[in-house]
Amino acid sequence: MNEAILLKDVTKRYGSLTALDKVSFSVHPGEMFGLIGPDGSGKSTIYRILATLSVPDEGEAEVCGLNTVRDYRHLRTRIGYMPEKFSLYPDLSVMENLRFFAALFGVSVRENFDLIAPIFGQLERFPNRRAGALSGGMKQKLALSCALIHRPEILLLDEPTTGVDTVSRSEFWDTLATLREKGITILVSTSYMDEANRCRRIAMINRGRILDTATPEALVASLGENLYNASATDMFRLLSELRKLPEVTDCYTFGATLHVVADKDFIPAQAEKRIRDAGLKDVRIWPAKGTIEDLFIRLTRNENS
Amino acid sequence: MKTPDNVISVRNLTKQFGSFTAVDHISFDVRHGEIFGFLGANGAGKTTAMRMLCGLSIPTSGDGQVAGCDILTQAEDIKRRIGYMSQKFSLYGLLTVEENLRLFSTIYGMSDRQIREASARLFTDLSMENMRRTLVKDIPVGWKQKLAFAIATIHSPEVVFLDEPTGGVDPVTRRKFWELIYKAASGGMTIFVTTHYLDEAEYCNRISIMVDGRISALDTPDALKKKYHATTMDEVFRIVAKEATREE
Amino acid sequence: MSIFKSLVIKEALHIVRDRRTMVITLLMPVVLLLLFGFAISTEVNDVRIVAVVDRHNDLTRNILERLQVNEYFTFQGLTTAGEVEGLLRSGHTDAALLLRTDDGVLKSQIIIDASNTTSAQAATAYIQGVINNASSVSPVLTSTLYNPQMKSAYNFVPGILGMIFILICAIMTSVSIVREKETGTMNLLLVSPIRGSTIILGKLVPYFILSCAILAIMLLISYGVLGMPVSANIVNVILISLLYIILSLSIGLFVSTLADTQLTALIVSAVMFMLPVIMLSGMIFPIENMPRLLQYVSCIIPARWYIEAMRKLMVQQLGIDFIIQETVILISMTALLLLFSIRKFNSVK
Repeated sequence: MNEAILLKDVTKRYGSLTALDKVSFSVHPGEMFGLIGPDGSGKSTIYRILATLSVPDEGEAEVCGLNTVRDYRHLRTRIGYMPEKFSLYPDLSVMENLRFFAALFGVSVRENFDLIAPIFGQLERFPNRRAGALSGGMKQKLALSCALIHRPEILLLDEPTTGVDTVSRSEFWDTLATLREKGITILVSTSYMDEANRCRRIAMINRGRILDTATPEALVASLGENLYNASATDMFRLLSELRKLPEVTDCYTFGATLHVVADKDFIPAQAEKRIRDAGLKDVRIWPAKGTIEDLFIRLTRNENS
Repeated sequence: MKTPDNVISVRNLTKQFGSFTAVDHISFDVRHGEIFGFLGANGAGKTTAMRMLCGLSIPTSGDGQVAGCDILTQAEDIKRRIGYMSQKFSLYGLLTVEENLRLFSTIYGMSDRQIREASARLFTDLSMENMRRTLVKDIPVGWKQKLAFAIATIHSPEVVFLDEPTGGVDPVTRRKFWELIYKAASGGMTIFVTTHYLDEAEYCNRISIMVDGRISALDTPDALKKKYHATTMDEVFRIVAKEATREE
Repeated sequence: MSIFKSLVIKEALHIVRDRRTMVITLLMPVVLLLLFGFAISTEVNDVRIVAVVDRHNDLTRNILERLQVNEYFTFQGLTTAGEVEGLLRSGHTDAALLLRTDDGVLKSQIIIDASNTTSAQAATAYIQGVINNASSVSPVLTSTLYNPQMKSAYNFVPGILGMIFILICAIMTSVSIVREKETGTMNLLLVSPIRGSTIILGKLVPYFILSCAILAIMLLISYGVLGMPVSANIVNVILISLLYIILSLSIGLFVSTLADTQLTALIVSAVMFMLPVIMLSGMIFPIENMPRLLQYVSCIIPARWYIEAMRKLMVQQLGIDFIIQETVILISMTALLLLFSIRKFNSVK
């Protein structure tokens, strides 16, 4: 099968800093693929290479079967790129921005409007407002519309949900799902681990290296079963008490509870008792369902140590 | 209203920009030593409210006290008694750790002797002795955050405002940072924090959720979850934020 | 709509929507020109003068009479040699003329308050003129060619144009290109199928048009209001100005390839190009009076050659064949800058 996006051992250095270290992964046509990693992990560098703005020092990258260095000119008409900051002209109006980006690709807004209509819907109410005066969520929608107006086969979205509140974020992912149904391949990056489940497959990246690539379910399954929830009235003390236990390999906050990573010898009832003896109240420990975030913590802990 | 237990206490705080009411009669108290989560969708008025609390913006109407100072008449005094840190801007990258430290402590009006003591304490507390002369831009993000927090609280403020302190930070560093917040709060410091990560909302003693310039919900995370029949703060937030009618 | 046209329209909207900059760029040249033309001048009027005469005779009387009737002077009367310094120091007078007759030969001395060197020099020259005229002993005849009324405005028109075009073309263009780098929109332009040269041209054309408009306004004022002599040479003036505008645009492009932030672009173009135009181009301080080293430095300043050419064309009314050297230098500078910037712009990442 011809891959929509293909990276082979891509390495990129900026001076002494290695931004990408032999990065390889591929995205199937029509797939929603997530690039999950914190700020500074190299996500944006991958995007710059795929968008033909940057050239890898080693290895190569292909988009739609076209090499990002040799065939960059043909490639450019087939991708839609939305950079990390919503790059719009703040002093131009909503419609002026849209019309301008359409013109750049030699298309008219009208002929492709059907594609962006569901996204653009709310913006239509104020077509003459300056882009700079839009809220974060609205800017994001306009930027996506501009990236889509030339009907690209592949959409490259670099952290489209950063700094956007949780409601707008989940709306945005719904939008992406409808675009994917129309056959557009989407490569999307995020630093929010909980968004990983919205993708069919993900690659986890940290410090320029791919930690793992698989479906979210397979990745979570790889966590194994030694993960527990823990709670007590004084969560902060509970954290330090649990860390003292020899069977506990890691313990960290996780929303309303703590997550405990333990080895096979760990028996929840015994641990509960020991902590109660230390003077804590309402101690409860029960099995937890792992998430991508748990996996990320495990993988980066291993790497850091 | 003016009880010694409340570090922040505001009544009917309102800010208008022309015909637009960014913050609409909000009233709440933040108790001493509390971790207070200040949530809200983009454009709900969080930033405007926070600017008023920090003495950076004078309210159109309403009144209140922050750290014992009146927000209408003593805005300058407030600035000296609070700490502030945000992910977007916290430290000067081209200055060394020590130079940043000295700069901010001087800004907060500390004497040379106080600065010497505070920095000695800080370097041992954070075990950063070997990074004293490193440029801030060259130290890893986890350390940078710790340092930013330590500097924001170097003058032992009564309350520290954290504006999305963990945005875009990896999960491990994010958690380490919250442990730092816990430690500061258990030492009696009041924490006023905004975040987009709703799992972090669970770590707060009390949460307020702003919608359309008003505070729509304010309680402990457990009480809020009970009230809205939700299992996570994420669900609570979605339910509350849905009420929004303000056109963005 | 063609890609190029929408690029130009977009850029034009940026310029027009930025009201403050727009007003400044259109008003500043006019205000500067009128200021230099009318208000600020190196001519000297109303020099207050006292005289000290040891022995009156026909010659001294003649000189004093001439001082009294001369409209440039206010003759404040006679005083003694001892009081001159006090009068000058307290600011009661600007100059003192000391006349002494030794063995029938008149010896004169001028003592002048030179805290403003320019007016002091002019005043000294006037006083010498008066003495020479009166004594009729081998008078030095000065005949001012080309600018018979010695109107300083004439001199300043080329200089102001040289400065304005750097401001609009170099500073505004570079800032506007770098702003797109900063906001990230430049990346979006680069990943679109349009060519790099089209992007650049789309940026430059609107500023070129703006500059032409300003050139038209300035020429109208110079020939209409300031009364510069109109001749066929005006075509040459326009041609050399267009060349200079293109050169300034190349400078803007050059700066934008060096700078990554709007602030850097502003500082680089201001320090590297704007200041030298004012200080070293001969606009205010004559190049011949500079130290040798600075004279060499001034050679690499484009405005120097433009201003020289413009003075020859506008003020001296010389033909195009007198400015061949300047034209060649300006063209080569443009070519060099364009070559360098386009190569830099296209060189990847």
